[in-house]
Amino acid sequence: MTTAFAPSPIQAALGTPMIRIDGVSKTYRGGFQALKEVSLTINRGEIFALLGPNGAGKTTLISIICGLVNASGGTVTVDGHDNVGDYRAARELIGLVPQELTGEAFSTVWDTVRFSRGLFGKPRDDAYLERILRALTLWDKRNNRLMALSGGMKRRVLIAKALSHQPQVLFLDEPTAGVDVELRREMWQIVRDLRDEGVTIILTTHYIEEAEEMADRIGVIRRGELVLVKEKQALMRQLGRKELTLQLKAPLASVPEALAPYHLTLSEDGQALIYRYDSSAGNGEGSGIAELLGALREAGVRYSDLHTRQSSLEEIFVSLVKEP
Amino acid sequence: MNLKAVRTLYLAELARTKRTMLQSIVSPVISTSLYFVVFGAAIGTRISEVAGVSYGAFIVPGLIMLMLLTQSVATASFGIFFPRFSGAIYELLSAPVSYAEIVIGYVGAAATKAVALGLIALATASLFVPLEIAHPLWMLFFLVLTAVTFSLLGFIIGIWADGFEQLQLVPLLIITPLTFLGGTFYALEMLPPFWQAVTLFNPVVYLVSGFRWSFYGIGDVSLAASLGMIGVFLVIGIGLVGWIFKSGYRLKP
Repeated sequence: MTTAFAPSPIQAALGTPMIRIDGVSKTYRGGFQALKEVSLTINRGEIFALLGPNGAGKTTLISIICGLVNASGGTVTVDGHDNVGDYRAARELIGLVPQELTGEAFSTVWDTVRFSRGLFGKPRDDAYLERILRALTLWDKRNNRLMALSGGMKRRVLIAKALSHQPQVLFLDEPTAGVDVELRREMWQIVRDLRDEGVTIILTTHYIEEAEEMADRIGVIRRGELVLVKEKQALMRQLGRKELTLQLKAPLASVPEALAPYHLTLSEDGQALIYRYDSSAGNGEGSGIAELLGALREAGVRYSDLHTRQSSLEEIFVSLVKEP
Repeated sequence: MNLKAVRTLYLAELARTKRTMLQSIVSPVISTSLYFVVFGAAIGTRISEVAGVSYGAFIVPGLIMLMLLTQSVATASFGIFFPRFSGAIYELLSAPVSYAEIVIGYVGAAATKAVALGLIALATASLFVPLEIAHPLWMLFFLVLTAVTFSLLGFIIGIWADGFEQLQLVPLLIITPLTFLGGTFYALEMLPPFWQAVTLFNPVVYLVSGFRWSFYGIGDVSLAASLGMIGVFLVIGIGLVGWIFKSGYRLKP
């Protein structure tokens, strides 16, 4: 993919704060508290994935930042601009791809993308819009009405609309919901390309694989509270569990007494022993693997094969959002 | 002011008119022609002059006002309701545009379409009856101000409505009856005294009267009363729209 999405010149260096959310809360009419004093800083040029179960407050948080929902308390700044007091400057920097496939059904792709650019006060630039449509493989469909497009194509149109005014921050609310596997991977590539060009990406997703694949940092929201914000790799190291599975040469009826300190699990068929340890301990000293292998030798337990497996982000996520 | 955004909204709304040319322009022209055939030619020939004006010519301002009110309300209400209905409103609310700019874009486009249709109706009427316009500038003034005022009302209805039924409710149950009973087809002096008094509570009477005055120099109420009533409508409309955006009513939870 070429540099089709180049945003407006980015003044500050990558990695500096782009969005500051400070004590944002939201209570809807009727009393439902969707957000409870959420504070978060999102850095320029990163891909931040916001995870959480349905109704956790992800879309509410995005909607408050983008101006679709009024916060009950707290402040949001985008590149230093308050999103209420200085809303024009803040919103100019933001592109939003909503969760629902919305749009003027009778408009053509070209008209709707041009409309979006004009709405954000940008001068006409057909060459730029053409680059976007080509990059999103929409150029051939530019004269088609939105109602005639497939779901995947409509999703691309929404991305094209969000990019039409060259935003520095792009919000993707469930960007690949209902999209087939091939298209999902294409979209991941599009997001990576955007990040490479300096666009800050904030995405919410139900697909943990998506966050695992793309995110630099991950935030987990549960019942309106941000329960965790961490770099993805650190999160997986810290909270991930590892398993060492040993395929035995001869089946065992039970775990030998001498191996009790290692809390091993014997598979149902007695053919494998499973040893669990913290991934943060690594594979070397501290994991207890070397000691375990020595103890197995001394106990006369022979194995033919061994392999390790790290718990996925999905397993970490489930453990984080599990109700106490 | 984000003039590019205003222009974009305005042109996008007018483009909708272009896309739906048949129902937007042709059908109001046909319906106006039918009014002239029925009321002007068939019934009108049996009615003597009203205040020195032939009946066919007398109903022209009322018919134009009927079209102006219904089209202003319908166009503006649909214009803002449809993105709410489809969910596309997110783009408007997240764009760097002020509430005033949004209103100018939508109401401006609806008023433009209504004025254009009013002028087309006027041209259509001139094919049926000889027309004279005593105060053309006042006529345009009434045309534009009424279109803007009722487009504001339509905008409010479009935000208030929860579905297509509600969208039709106010135009069908309120605007059309008030217009028919607002002196479109008769002068107030043709009514019994009691109903003359009741009719004065109908705000459309003042609009039709002022508009008719700009044509023939005659009206059921004074010019000042007509101007005052439009002014009151306008202020109420602006006030309501201001409240809607300030409170986020049906737009921002």
